[in-house]
Amino acid sequence: MKVLVYAESWNGSFKKSTFEAIHYAAEVAKLMNAETVALSISGTEDHAQLGQYGAQIIKTIENAALETFDNQTYAEAIIAVADEMGADTIIISNTNNGKAIAPLVAAKRKAALISNVIELPESISPFTIKRKTFSSKAIAKYQTHSDKKVITITANAFGYAEGDSSASVESFDFTPQETTPSLTSLSVDSATGKIGLTEADLVVSAGRGLKGPENWGMVEELADALGAATACSKPVSDIGWRPHSEHVGQTGIAINPQLYIAVGISGAIQHLAGVNASKNIVVINTDPDAPFFKAADYGIVGDAFEVLPKLISAIKSHKASI
Amino acid sequence: MNLLVCISHVPDTTSKIAFTDDHTEFDASGITFVMNPYDEFGLTKAMHLKESNGARITVINVGLSATESTLRKALAIGADEAIRINAEPTDAAYVAELIADYARDKNFDLIITGRESIDYNGGAVPGILSVHLNLPFVNACIGLDLNGDQATLVREIDGGKETLQGKLPLLIAGQKGLVEEKDLRIPAMRGIMMARKKPLTVIEPSEATKQTMVLNYDLPKEKEACTLIDPDQVDQLVELLHREAKVI
Repeated sequence: MKVLVYAESWNGSFKKSTFEAIHYAAEVAKLMNAETVALSISGTEDHAQLGQYGAQIIKTIENAALETFDNQTYAEAIIAVADEMGADTIIISNTNNGKAIAPLVAAKRKAALISNVIELPESISPFTIKRKTFSSKAIAKYQTHSDKKVITITANAFGYAEGDSSASVESFDFTPQETTPSLTSLSVDSATGKIGLTEADLVVSAGRGLKGPENWGMVEELADALGAATACSKPVSDIGWRPHSEHVGQTGIAINPQLYIAVGISGAIQHLAGVNASKNIVVINTDPDAPFFKAADYGIVGDAFEVLPKLISAIKSHKASI
Repeated sequence: MNLLVCISHVPDTTSKIAFTDDHTEFDASGITFVMNPYDEFGLTKAMHLKESNGARITVINVGLSATESTLRKALAIGADEAIRINAEPTDAAYVAELIADYARDKNFDLIITGRESIDYNGGAVPGILSVHLNLPFVNACIGLDLNGDQATLVREIDGGKETLQGKLPLLIAGQKGLVEEKDLRIPAMRGIMMARKKPLTVIEPSEATKQTMVLNYDLPKEKEACTLIDPDQVDQLVELLHREAKVI
């Protein structure tokens, strides 16, 4: 038996969420007494590194038709490998690309799709597993009796560790046969050098308490000092102080980093829904009654304009001392 | 142009979530249900296309009779016709197959869904529906321009966006950006009056397969009390984040 995991890469290197997905797949494979197969499409030179996270066999596809991402073609490639390897369980990261592929793979294989998974399966037969629901306000235990499954896992929910095992790398011959009319990629506009919000370990976020977009310099400085990604609340993205892509919350991006620092955000229920799975929450707010303090691990009641400069210099001296 | 907009009926974003019957059922008592926020962007986009290109908009929902308030709202905003498939939407594969069975012979040029519903967040229905109907699928769509049957689409990718070109018919799963928040349509009195005369057709579900079931629900663990730090002692916070939380 085999568990297949899609090893997503970006600009020639694997994403952190890919290592997590492979580690997760390897743990699922152990429960099933199965082998872990990772599939890399137009990936990096260094495929063997995936072995450290638990992949035993690494299949690689290099084909001009797959140089740019296309969800139909990538789904077809994943299915081709799953069919050849006899893999009934497929693991995909819950990234934007992962979410565009997973339902296609599931529907074409007549597999059960369970997305936003946060833990290892509780039982393999019948297959029972927990996933986030109600925009992270609840956790639901799902069950499927289907032999074929596609599981997408929430970034940062599971973690990963490097081991010393190694894997065999084998190329897989794939030519797209797809009959669905396709889309053509015209251009990709990516914020290079920035840390991706969904898979960031540390996130600094700010809200209307900052009073205007001109004050974001100190938020960015704090994020830089920490090596964190930046985020914002919904009102701030709605009024255009920050781009939509930074909006975390119920109708924005849901995140669960190791550390979430919220500055000048009151903590409305819709905001909490997107961030309350963060392992550690720091809230900085002038209002001691802000609801966010109830969801926080650490709090400072104070003015962001006074607290942030001090915090930035404290973080910098801490970083210099270690 | 013939447009289909898929609409979910979900608890309002401010809802406190609770469960009944030993945590096996969502407790809908005291909950206000609304149109799924992601679908509002899709419906407004459909209205823009109707006004610029001329289009007929059908809205569809899989749900029991309680969801008709949301379909009526969609008609009041400007949809021409509503379809309710009379079944409980308990599984994404099931819902997608029911919608596919309805849509298959209707020649829709464009199908718009939300990227996910804010209750079950599966993000599964649009992609599965696209497979059943053999349509190209653009997820997390934040831009659509049409020139005849040529479409220029923008989708969100991790840390950026990608521009794509395609040809109708297509299926897109939309979100904020497809239209701006400030442009979202709300029903006006005239629309509400006109909606009463528009057709809302209830159809019985076709034979479709369920793949998953929910055994039970839980709420996330409650946090312990927050440790408050003096704003003049931020060094203490750095120390706690280093020694206790071990995150820096």
